[in-house]
Amino acid sequence: MERVPILKIGDILLVSIQVDMSDQTAIQLQEDLAERIVATGCHGVIIDITALDIVDSFVGRMLSTIASISKVLDAETVVVGMRPAVAITLVELGLSLNGIRTALNVERGMELVAATRADDWDALDGDDEDAETTATP
Amino acid sequence: MTAVDLGVPDVQAIRSDEDVVRVRQLVRTTAVAAKLSLVDQTKLVTAASELARNTLIYGGGGTAEVTSVEDGRRRGVRIVFADDGPGIADLDQAFTDGFTTGGGLGLGLSGARRLVDDFDIWTTVGEGTRITVTKWSR
Ligand SMILES: Nc1ncnc2c1ncn2[C@@H]1O[C@H](COP(=O)(O)OP(=O)(O)OP(=O)(O)O)[C@@H](O)[C@H]1O
Ligand SMILES: [Mg+2]
Repeated sequence: MERVPILKIGDILLVSIQVDMSDQTAIQLQEDLAERIVATGCHGVIIDITALDIVDSFVGRMLSTIASISKVLDAETVVVGMRPAVAITLVELGLSLNGIRTALNVERGMELVAATRADDWDALDGDDEDAETTATP
Repeated sequence: MTAVDLGVPDVQAIRSDEDVVRVRQLVRTTAVAAKLSLVDQTKLVTAASELARNTLIYGGGGTAEVTSVEDGRRRGVRIVFADDGPGIADLDQAFTDGFTTGGGLGLGLSGARRLVDDFDIWTTVGEGTRITVTKWSR
């Protein structure tokens, strides 16, 4: 069975899917990614599907699952590089890719991860301030 | 106009998930040769992937027969998925978006039917399932 490599770039794990994955390979990738997120403490996962010429229900489900797993492990997932023909087909197939964030390319994906992390911190700060004001008589 | 086969079909056995990958590749090659547009190739390969996986998982394995066809005006690709599995008892239910007996998304059958031009299914409980799909060039 082929295995999809996972690269670490700074605080981000980059997965560039270059092969037509068998279902087993897709499941393996899901497990490998979860382990790498925990092992590295990375807060972002970018899945580059530029080379994928189709996304069927199985791969679609894998992408959603990876996004959910990462969220639980405090990492953001962004899927980048979807081809136009793939997008058209996905919609007609009926796949909604719920909960998946997408960006045009790896660079935009990295920006999106960074922006999302920054927003999260702002939200946390905001909560703290609110807590302080209500606590002060 | 009736469809005429152009040459003998390529037959791919479906016994493992690597075979599902092979079906996708065979369908892609045939669709390119039949001059389907990129979007139509993508739709057909996606439909084939869904149906081949169903043949493997629910049908217990089977075959995909891929044939280049023409109907006098246009060319196309026809694929027959066949298995000797349990068959499908309730077809209406099986074609409902979201219905699954296997923990999938329940999109395979209904989605595949939307992605092709012709879709024909024969299934008998205890005997098996045979699905024929065709995608035509525009
Ligand atoms: N070849 C087959 N033999 C027997 N039953 C089948 C076959 N193909 C499909 N089915 C039945 O039809 C149901 C619907 O199939 P469909 O492909 O739409 O959804 P799924 O495979 O369950 O999920 P998904 O394809 O979205 O991952 C299946 O759950 C299964 O019960
Ligand atoms: Mg299916």
